[in-house]
Amino acid sequence: MDFNIRNFGVVNIGGIEVWVTETLVNTWMIMAVLVAFAIIVRVKIKKWTEVPEGKFQNTVEAIVETFDNFVKSSAGSKLSYLGPWFFTVFCFILLSNISGLVYGTRPPTADWACTFAFALATFFLIQYAGLRYQGTKYLKSFIEPVVFFFPLNVIGELARPISLSFRLFGNLLAGMLLMTMLYEMTPIFLKFLVPVPLHIYFDLVAGILQTYVFCILSLSFIGAVAETE
Amino acid sequence: MSLDLEAARLIAAAIAVLAGLIVPIGQGNVAAKAIEAIARQPEARGHITSTMFIGCALSETSGIYGLLISIIILFAM
Repeated sequence: MDFNIRNFGVVNIGGIEVWVTETLVNTWMIMAVLVAFAIIVRVKIKKWTEVPEGKFQNTVEAIVETFDNFVKSSAGSKLSYLGPWFFTVFCFILLSNISGLVYGTRPPTADWACTFAFALATFFLIQYAGLRYQGTKYLKSFIEPVVFFFPLNVIGELARPISLSFRLFGNLLAGMLLMTMLYEMTPIFLKFLVPVPLHIYFDLVAGILQTYVFCILSLSFIGAVAETE
Repeated sequence: MSLDLEAARLIAAAIAVLAGLIVPIGQGNVAAKAIEAIARQPEARGHITSTMFIGCALSETSGIYGLLISIIILFAM
């Protein structure tokens, strides 16, 4: 059994070594699927009307509106401009979580580099929201209740993206490890039968739940910082 | 009696993953309280459910840490 991330080759771009790993290839494939889907939708809604007519436009508007309401209810209505970003993150993480359904694909979110990138974006959004909506009060909150608590507060702030990324990464990695071990254990004539119910749990249920948890935790962190009483 | 290094590594990984023993208790508490709250106030179901997911995810963290430490011990050390 080999659980490591496979490496397909090393590309040298201007003196910088870029490792073409399985994660990178799968990320680009998921991006291609998302971009192709977006282009198809964009071409199909060429004749956009003020009042939705067709079924297609209605569906698109319903999905976007549902997600906007989700952002507004969990982060507050003044942060509704975060809707597009979190919709993108949601689509990408969801698609990469359930990409384990394709036999042998390693989900990109089972690589810490990928989840940490998303968590880092959340971290910068938290700092931005704090500085924009609270200003100097946000900086002052680091030395509360007394000045000596400054290092503790900084560590607590830095631990947030790490715990956020480890949550998603650990869940996906555990699912992937269990599925790989199961495929190794089952005899060849049962390989199409036994892993199916476990695929439903580890890839579909856990994948959708973890995507939801990642988005709602990021949104509530940002919303808690942006709240001014 | 001396353990060889490989055996010690495997035992350490097994101990690290024991962090997952207590996590389900906490998550069960969260879910039980959420069900109680929904039974008391069925109209607040949506809010309670989303808050329950946040609580479940936060209480899951220590279990995930244990899993990651054991994986690091197994594959990266």
